[in-house]
Amino acid sequence: MELKMFILVLGLLVGSLMPLGGASGSPGSGTGQDECKKNNGDEKNGNKTTKKSFPVLSLNYENVRLPFEISLWVLLASLMKLGFHLMPRLSSIVPESCLLIVVGLLVGGLIKLVGKAPPVLESNIFFFYLLPPIILDAGYFLPIRQFTENLGTILMFAVVGTLWNAFFVGGLLYGVCQLEGTNLAGVNLLSCLLFGSVISAVDPVAVLAVFEEIHINELLHILVFGESLLNDAVTVVLYHLFEEFTNAGTITVTDGFLGIVCFLVVSLGGIVVGAIYGILAAFTSRFTSHTRVIEPLFIFVYSYMAYLSAEVFHLSGIMALIACGAVMRPYVEANISHKSHTTIKYFLKMWSSVSDTLIFIFLGVSTVAGPHEWNWIFVVATLVFCLVARVLGVIGLTFVINKFRIVKLTSKDQFIIAYGGLRGAIAFSLVYLLNPKHFPMRNMFLTAIITVIFFTVFVQGMTIRPLVDLLAVKKKQETKRSINEEIHTQFLDHLLTGIEDICGHYGHHHWKDKLNRFNKKYVKKCLIAGERSKEPQLIAFYHKMEMKQAIELVESGGGSKLPSAMPSTVSMQNIQPKKPPQDRALPQLSKAREEEIRKILRTNLQRTRQRLRSYNRHTLIADPFEDGLDEILIKRKKMKELEKKISQMNNYLTVPAPPADSPSVARARLASDPQAWGLKSVTEIPTIKVELVSPQNPESVKVVDEFSKKGSQPKGSEEEGGLTMRVPSSEKQRKDKTPDEEPQPRFMRCLSDPGPAAEDEDEDEPFLP
Amino acid sequence: MGSFQSLPDDHQYRTLSLKTGFSLEQIAILHNRFKQLSQNEETLRRDDLKTIQDLESNPIRYQIIEAFFDRRNFQKDGVGSVEEIGFEEFLTVMSYFRAPAHHITEEQREEIRRAKLRFLFNMHDTDNDGTITLEEYRHVVEELLSRSGALGRETAKGIADAAMLEVASISVGPMAPDEFYEGITFEHFLKILKGIEIETRMHIRFLNMDTAVFCKQHSV
Repeated sequence: MELKMFILVLGLLVGSLMPLGGASGSPGSGTGQDECKKNNGDEKNGNKTTKKSFPVLSLNYENVRLPFEISLWVLLASLMKLGFHLMPRLSSIVPESCLLIVVGLLVGGLIKLVGKAPPVLESNIFFFYLLPPIILDAGYFLPIRQFTENLGTILMFAVVGTLWNAFFVGGLLYGVCQLEGTNLAGVNLLSCLLFGSVISAVDPVAVLAVFEEIHINELLHILVFGESLLNDAVTVVLYHLFEEFTNAGTITVTDGFLGIVCFLVVSLGGIVVGAIYGILAAFTSRFTSHTRVIEPLFIFVYSYMAYLSAEVFHLSGIMALIACGAVMRPYVEANISHKSHTTIKYFLKMWSSVSDTLIFIFLGVSTVAGPHEWNWIFVVATLVFCLVARVLGVIGLTFVINKFRIVKLTSKDQFIIAYGGLRGAIAFSLVYLLNPKHFPMRNMFLTAIITVIFFTVFVQGMTIRPLVDLLAVKKKQETKRSINEEIHTQFLDHLLTGIEDICGHYGHHHWKDKLNRFNKKYVKKCLIAGERSKEPQLIAFYHKMEMKQAIELVESGGGSKLPSAMPSTVSMQNIQPKKPPQDRALPQLSKAREEEIRKILRTNLQRTRQRLRSYNRHTLIADPFEDGLDEILIKRKKMKELEKKISQMNNYLTVPAPPADSPSVARARLASDPQAWGLKSVTEIPTIKVELVSPQNPESVKVVDEFSKKGSQPKGSEEEGGLTMRVPSSEKQRKDKTPDEEPQPRFMRCLSDPGPAAEDEDEDEPFLP
Repeated sequence: MGSFQSLPDDHQYRTLSLKTGFSLEQIAILHNRFKQLSQNEETLRRDDLKTIQDLESNPIRYQIIEAFFDRRNFQKDGVGSVEEIGFEEFLTVMSYFRAPAHHITEEQREEIRRAKLRFLFNMHDTDNDGTITLEEYRHVVEELLSRSGALGRETAKGIADAAMLEVASISVGPMAPDEFYEGITFEHFLKILKGIEIETRMHIRFLNMDTAVFCKQHSV
């Protein structure tokens, strides 16, 4: 059936292609359109030509040209990414960014061969479409704790370091240009300074691309990466400043002063804009509980709007985006569903990955395409000065910073920070934006920038990994966050705040604590929906961990197989309470009642024993009742182990119910509370069969032990059968007053009949030898 | 007091400085604070610390105050707690929160780590038996969550249980059903908190210059 359809369609295709066969062969033009027009024209001319058949298949490329080409590029980028990971050896030596640039070069070369002009990385496309996903991804997943702890250092590097770099490189280049022998006399100071400011900024895209692969320790990662994000403000200000000055022609001191003010406005303004949009997004997410599907959309659109709004006012768009992502994240994550969270994560990673790939490919293509003007001295001088400036800047700044840091930066750290100062596409795009009329040497700048970018990405990018290994720099620890660490982190925070209060001065912890309390009291109530607003961080962490383990449990096949994350080797029964069992809050029995119970039991048991003896004296050597007892005990033990396992899972999988559910939970707990059963069980003792407990199987007794703690364990519901026996012997223990005899009570027969414990003065004969 | 110090105080400060590692200026400032808290008496009592306003909102304030009166923190083999402390004990407890110096050897760093973690351990181990039992740990978590009402109490048990399980499985590994994990010993405590760099995280900045002093000088 399908085959017939296919052949039919094929036939029609061939049939319709015949009249088109005579059409012109150029693929880029709208042949179909022309044909139609020609046909109409012919018809109007009086049907000179024969009527053409209805074009079943026509070629119309111009319509879809733009989306088609974009998709082709994106597809190419993704296929390249795929390809690199299929060649693990290559990707372990050469970082991905280098490979992508090479691919770009090849593609650019190919396009040039065909005779067309290869597309250049348009600054608009770069700044509005390619850069935001990467920055949003970085900002949303920014590790806030480390970032704020090192904020002073990062700011020093970003602001002071970039300024130093800019003026050093610009100034020295101007000096070189003034030298004789070079044809660079036309380069004035302002242009050099502009060039210096553009090229001195460390690029977040390149840094991310390279540092992600080398898994360096978190401190260094956040230092270099934070610097690359925050220096955007400096770059923007310097760029606009020098651009304006070049137009104006003269500089005055007021202009310099205004420049500083402008810097503050640009950076703080960007942050404020980002924060406003972040709060809006958090507020919106409070109400999305019924429309979970579009939750991720709000996040993306609000962030993008933050970026664009900042760009409108020439504020730092990157800082706005970072601020937006960082501000909205804690509130949004508390509000959105788990699936939305996964969606956001994956979309951000996907987009930033594609952007990143495209940027590098386009860099390669632009190199082939762009108008170049090669000047040996200028380019080499630029390169040398950039490197020297970076090294000097890092060393000088670290010297100052180390006076204020507790964890000082070692020389190894300094080397990595200096070496990790990669330049990238932002510098290229900024130079590309320059107006050739005002900057006649723009092409030379472009060439120089591309050379520096290539050098840093290729040479530094490739060699940083072996250098990191060689210098034995600390790598990122892949440990999971354990709940003990979380508890102690919180504990430490409160402890240090308390000590600061006792010391009397308002330090770092005091203000952090104040901010947290303000956040909890006012902000969370507004921005987080429902009950979650009151949830303290420790509980949120615990829930997240339980959820993760529950998911792992399900994914690993369920059943009694516990996921590796869980300490399946130890179960609650192994954690014994230090206090002896007699402190258990079990109902008190009066002495008289106790005696009575014991008497009844004893007589019952003796009677049973006599019965046994009378049955077995002559026929069997082994006591069949005892044999049967063993089987029953083994079965019971197996059952208990199974229940144990189930209860272990319950222990971990039980997410404590939110207050709304607590009445039912409380009811459930009450139902299983051994204390509630206590009294009832006492009256039932005389009629209970003996076989439930045996000295040979202490485990079963032990299990009982654990679940009859203080009446607070909700999961002991399965063990209540055994609990009935427990009551009298606990009395026994209390009577004996031996707090250290912990292992012994376990072995006590749950029956009130005195066991083998020698200290018991009511000892008759042991029930079972 | 100001910057003028009488000779006997100076000598006392020097011995304290040698013992605890604080600089003379820091000791002077802390002494001022001590006098302020104890209302110019020689010894400090628990009630004096309880009067600090900012401490009210701290969920673990009782443990913190207790730590100042715990003999175990004064010297190596002290036991029990005292009712009032002098300036030397105050300073000794404070010295646990000094930042480690930059150029120290690995052994010194390890020693500082152990001392700080010992302080934390003593805060948890309230009955001084050398182990943190499940009950004690539960108490710690409950105090941390004490501001969350009923929800906190219910979850605290679950969290403490999970934490104990984790410690047991990390320190002891697989356990047979009839083995028992008594409680967290100090060695296990060291092990589980290896991930947190205690020696750099557990510190506060002690002032080197008392700004109040300058004001007093000017007013005089």
